[in-house]
Amino acid sequence: MERIPILRMGHLLLVTIQVEMDDRIALRLQEDLTNQIEKIGARGVLIDISALEIVDSFIARMISNISAMAQLLNARTVVVGMQPAVAITLVELGLTMSGIKTALNVERGMAMLTTSEDFESGNGEQ
Amino acid sequence: MAMVNSESLPLTSEQDIVRARQAVRKAAQQIGFSLVEQTKIVTAASELARNAVVYGCGGVLEGRIITNNGKQGLQLTVTDQGPGIEDLTLAMKDGWTTSGGLGKGLPGAKRLVNEFMITSQPGAGTTVIVIRWK
Repeated sequence: MERIPILRMGHLLLVTIQVEMDDRIALRLQEDLTNQIEKIGARGVLIDISALEIVDSFIARMISNISAMAQLLNARTVVVGMQPAVAITLVELGLTMSGIKTALNVERGMAMLTTSEDFESGNGEQ
Repeated sequence: MAMVNSESLPLTSEQDIVRARQAVRKAAQQIGFSLVEQTKIVTAASELARNAVVYGCGGVLEGRIITNNGKQGLQLTVTDQGPGIEDLTLAMKDGWTTSGGLGKGLPGAKRLVNEFMITSQPGAGTTVIVIRWK
């Protein structure tokens, strides 16, 4: 079955979604990612959705859930690279994803995760 | 209103939702929809297709390129043979859900298209017709 790869960079996990997501791939990603967070004690998760041509309510919910789950495991999530047409459509759909941290691109997302206070102060366990 | 082109797709599995999105994208490009217009109609199709697969016990998506007074549009008809919707007014309200979802499916899809028609009878399934004009 198709799987979305999860890359590790120090205490961060990087997920680039490049496949047409169906529900099974999405649910599998939730599981894999939370397992990885626990396994390596990740402090941040970066989800790159620049290749996603649409985000419907299911995918939006999946991303919100990942963010909430990561938070429970003490990791922060930043979603990066949303296409402008996707942002327009999401708001019209009624999904502002207000609980989600976003950045324009991977570089800025990384900067958010590595310079955040939580990250710095909670970094003493390595 | 003349039918120019028509295509029908089954909606029984999660993969069918992806296939439906791809087919609708292709039709939207064929009409010459802008990227934002494409994204809106494809997202609406995804919501309706998911409704049919998850709640409607499967169904069919029919896509048609239609013209009206020289104006082109994409009409999508999603039909399922599921349990139907008891209270349509409630189902069209933001936040209403039976599956613990965000409850944005139907009202969200409605906002992404120009015309939206829904008929449903308990026990006899649901039909949703949406049109987005160019």
